[in-house]
Amino acid sequence: MRPTAPSWLKVLVPIKRTVDYAVKIRVGANGVETAGVKHSLNPFCEIAVEEAVRLRERHKKDIENITVVTIGPPKAADVLRTALAMGADSAIHVEVKDGVIVEPLAVARALKAIVGEEKPDIVLMGKQAIDDDASQTGGMLAGMLSWPQANFASKIELDVAGKSVKVAREIDGGLETLSMDLPAVVTTDLRLNEPRYASLPNIMKAKKKPLKKLKPEDLKVDFSPRLETVKVEAPPARKGGAKVESVDEVVAKLKEAGVL
Amino acid sequence: MPARSTALAGLARRQAARQLPAAIRPAFTTAATARPSSSSLSRAAPLRAFSSTPRRAGGNVPARADYKKLTAADVEAFKSFLSTPASSLFTTIASPDGSWTPVNEDDLIGYNKDWMDKYVGHSQLLLKPKSTEEVSKIMAYCYKERIAVVPQGGNTGLVGGGTPVYDEVILSTEAMKEVRHFDEVSGILTADGGAILESLSNYLHPKGYMMPLDLGAKGSCHIAGNISTNAGGLRLLRYGSLHGTVLGIEAVLPDEKGTILSVGMPGGRGGALRKDNTGYDLKQLFIGAEGTLGIVTGVSIMTPRLSSAVNVAVLSVPDFKGVQKVFQETRGHLGEILSAFEFWDQEGLELVLHHTGQKTPFEGEPEGGRAFYVLIETSGSNNDHDSEKLGSLLEHLLESEVIADGVLAQDETQVASLWSLRESMPEAAGKLGKVYKYDLSMPVKDMYSLVEEARVRFEEHGLIKDGSIKSVVGYGHIGDGNLHINIVADRWDEKIEKTIEPWIYEATAARSGSISAEHGLGVMKAPYVGYSKSDESIDVMQAIRKLFDPRGILSPYKYLPPVKEPQAAN
Repeated sequence: MRPTAPSWLKVLVPIKRTVDYAVKIRVGANGVETAGVKHSLNPFCEIAVEEAVRLRERHKKDIENITVVTIGPPKAADVLRTALAMGADSAIHVEVKDGVIVEPLAVARALKAIVGEEKPDIVLMGKQAIDDDASQTGGMLAGMLSWPQANFASKIELDVAGKSVKVAREIDGGLETLSMDLPAVVTTDLRLNEPRYASLPNIMKAKKKPLKKLKPEDLKVDFSPRLETVKVEAPPARKGGAKVESVDEVVAKLKEAGVL
Repeated sequence: MPARSTALAGLARRQAARQLPAAIRPAFTTAATARPSSSSLSRAAPLRAFSSTPRRAGGNVPARADYKKLTAADVEAFKSFLSTPASSLFTTIASPDGSWTPVNEDDLIGYNKDWMDKYVGHSQLLLKPKSTEEVSKIMAYCYKERIAVVPQGGNTGLVGGGTPVYDEVILSTEAMKEVRHFDEVSGILTADGGAILESLSNYLHPKGYMMPLDLGAKGSCHIAGNISTNAGGLRLLRYGSLHGTVLGIEAVLPDEKGTILSVGMPGGRGGALRKDNTGYDLKQLFIGAEGTLGIVTGVSIMTPRLSSAVNVAVLSVPDFKGVQKVFQETRGHLGEILSAFEFWDQEGLELVLHHTGQKTPFEGEPEGGRAFYVLIETSGSNNDHDSEKLGSLLEHLLESEVIADGVLAQDETQVASLWSLRESMPEAAGKLGKVYKYDLSMPVKDMYSLVEEARVRFEEHGLIKDGSIKSVVGYGHIGDGNLHINIVADRWDEKIEKTIEPWIYEATAARSGSISAEHGLGVMKAPYVGYSKSDESIDVMQAIRKLFDPRGILSPYKYLPPVKEPQAAN
């Protein structure tokens, strides 16, 4: 058995492949159109990966391993490769069939099983995904593991020797700073960091990094959906305004609208 | 899907800070927002002070010819041609009977001055007609009275072509900006001349099409202006020039009747057709004519399909020889999916990073403190196929040590911010000082030596030491053999200009290049066209101009050197 130095930490970063943030969303008969639409790494997950890489840059050998994991269709492997190119060490892909919906509860259960296997000291993940905006997985996972959690982190300070973490989080009234013992769950918010580009040397190195493929059955987790989507509709189209030729017309139109 | 949360509004703001405005927007107008002003002019006076004497960078502009000086009676006449004079006519000339409210000189400054702050005119009258018929009546009157006119689009030109030299009437296409027709099967788009390029792109994208050209000024430039200057831009490499993509033009001629010449426009005799070999191809004359043959009021253009898969990589290359090698390899590996190939130098990168506050996209500094940067864009219909081709090219370049480093965009937001490294260069230069811009085309192998020679020359003249010249930046569409050299000076100064011109044109001619690859001639390069065209060609060009514009009322003092014999006064 390899002797483990007591202060080495393992970081687990769950990530999600979502519709690209910059793409204009279109709602069709069957809900949001995703076929042929550009997908990429969820922005908050990208921030989590970046933070993990920065923790290693700060704490160096004290961070033993950064593992990224995703539960998604075959194409989700793309976001794993992006994360590996940013600096993660290894990846796990729990592959589901194209089109299968995986709800936050199922994700949390799957992550619990993976946490059981990988035994990370800190789970660092995005606060929400930009497709469902659920913001549930982090909290559910912490609850299932009975781990402390800090959400919407805007600053993370790791105390390796003391095996604890201090997290500043954004709340309505300002900043709240929490201190928790590891292992813990931390979810990331926008102002935590600005993610780096994937550099070519790292993209090439990423190809050699280990990528483990798992099936839902391997985790012994029930992925069946419990929610039924009743209706998805786009917000009402904005009615155009009218252009007027002179100040008098402005006054007349305002009077017409009953504003004046 | 639920509406974007406020957290995402933050993300949008943050991303907006990280990625820069993609368009060069003149300080006074954009497609999306017009700064409110007290008058109904969409271009408010910028707040900086300026001198009221005509500041001209370049002393070889001819004296004002004997065109009619405008009177109140002329303004009355123009007013009668317009359907909505209150929003189409702006003049500093007083009204004898109060039938119009004159504006201040300040209100017209946005139209009288170019966005580089280099060329200033003193027009007293701005017209924004709403239709081609109005333009026709205006031109017929100007012909009759021998009134000089300068057609103006988005006023984003770089050679002083869009602003008056003296008091020419400014005829703006701003109010004619509708899409007239779009054929979803053939992809042929027909629009008014004043349609803004970015607006047309936004119109086409949801339909799965795109404009065949793209340039930094897209948020403000008008399609008629693009055509009149034969704009090149970032996508010429892939989609070709406007000479190939424009199918039809509607223009108003400066003749007695204000003839509306319609060639290849839908609905007419011979509509907007991909293939039509019936007679001289008249529309080609207007493309690149810079408003000297007629006012372009309508355009019919072929639009390509919008690519679903776009990839962008930015590479760091140790030397210029390497840049050429990268281009060769890229062409070889990527073939038909290559859609843009741009380069810039270390000075350019530092300029942009300084202006935008961004960090370098690379992990560290280049070896020796300087490198060249190349942006490669691919566009195709199959992302897996394109990514694989691009990936293998980049691996090959890295392993053979042709490039030192590079980054590959992982999502659309990164695509936009990598592009902004290149597209913000003109704006960043403008913020550093007054920019002498030269747009030259020549064989690629000779390109950068010109930039290096320029630096040596300025050193020798002591202009670097005394801070007159702050930076010399080289960048451009290297795929098209097109160099943009920006000489950033701390002021507009004839002394500095004389060190640059005509040396830079001679250096270009020595490399068998063109003194104006895509920016055109305007007022800046009109006297120098001889460096790139023979005397015989220039004579024929003058004859053509005389044929279309017998009274010389359109864009005088520009485009070609002054004709030797004076215009016969009619």
